[in-house]
Amino acid sequence: MIYLYILIMAVVTYLIRMIPLTVFQNKITNRFIRSFLYYVPYACLTAMTIPAVFYATGSLASAAAGVAAAVILAICGRSLVTVAAGACAAVFIVEQLSVVLF
Amino acid sequence: MSSSKDIINGLKDGIPIALGYLSVSFSVGILALSSGLSVFQSAFMSLTNMTSAGQFAGISVIAAGGTILELILTQVIINLRYALMSLSLSQKLSENVTLWQRFVIAFANTDEIFAAAMSHGKSLTFPYMLGLQCLPILGWTAGTVLGGLAGELLPHAVSNALSVALYGMFIAVVVPAARKLRPVLWVAVIAAVLSCILYYVPAFSGISTGISIIICTVAASAIGAWLFPVDRED
Repeated sequence: MIYLYILIMAVVTYLIRMIPLTVFQNKITNRFIRSFLYYVPYACLTAMTIPAVFYATGSLASAAAGVAAAVILAICGRSLVTVAAGACAAVFIVEQLSVVLF
Repeated sequence: MSSSKDIINGLKDGIPIALGYLSVSFSVGILALSSGLSVFQSAFMSLTNMTSAGQFAGISVIAAGGTILELILTQVIINLRYALMSLSLSQKLSENVTLWQRFVIAFANTDEIFAAAMSHGKSLTFPYMLGLQCLPILGWTAGTVLGGLAGELLPHAVSNALSVALYGMFIAVVVPAARKLRPVLWVAVIAAVLSCILYYVPAFSGISTGISIIICTVAASAIGAWLFPVDRED
């Protein structure tokens, strides 16, 4: 059953990438659709992150520290990998500290 | 221009992407494992899907026991941006690229590969695109396997920490754009508020993760497109 789900995911994702590259080769002219598609990644990534990220770790505090670290590093213009690593490090440090302190 | 030179140039441009993927897909492997997928299943998913956000959402739907319709809808909405990228990419392909070569190139048109291809000075040949995609596909799949294997061995504290890596990557995409462009900030805020409402308000507790992502994405993007239409061609 899981393989069926994975295959469906793969086929849908491939079709989305393949059809515009092979069939429709015209530019999208409708301004609303163009704008909508432009905002989709930001809306979708935000909706997947909030509030789920706050329940992804062992505690709310460590998750919040991870988010704070990621936001600060991202504002400073650090690369994708650095931001991700910084978030992980912050979560790890806060969880270790809370073990020591409490 | 020789095609072997094009392949080598593509491979070179793919190295940094592959290294980035290796580390990010590590957390995809851990997430998949903790969601009940086997290492082989998660590797198979990475190899055939090549999309972080899509796989992330797909894993959530699978873990929550969602329906196939929900899975398809989630994939379509989340991966819709690739249609836009493929459209742009098709304008930049060399005239010599045949139809079946386009079928191959479409497979791994990810955010990062698209960005690399678009920043490549010349028009894009098939050997270049083939070279560009090879290592990132390898890195993405290998990272997932390593994450899945390590997830079983790592102490809980470490896998807890690594589980935010993917969210960190999402934040790394949204925050710089929101800082630079006010409309993106508004769209992100609207999406976050809607997502919290659907998550916390008891009346909406029946709405699954996948459907919630779709509602938030469509609503926030539509409001954004309505209030702040984009004039620039990207």
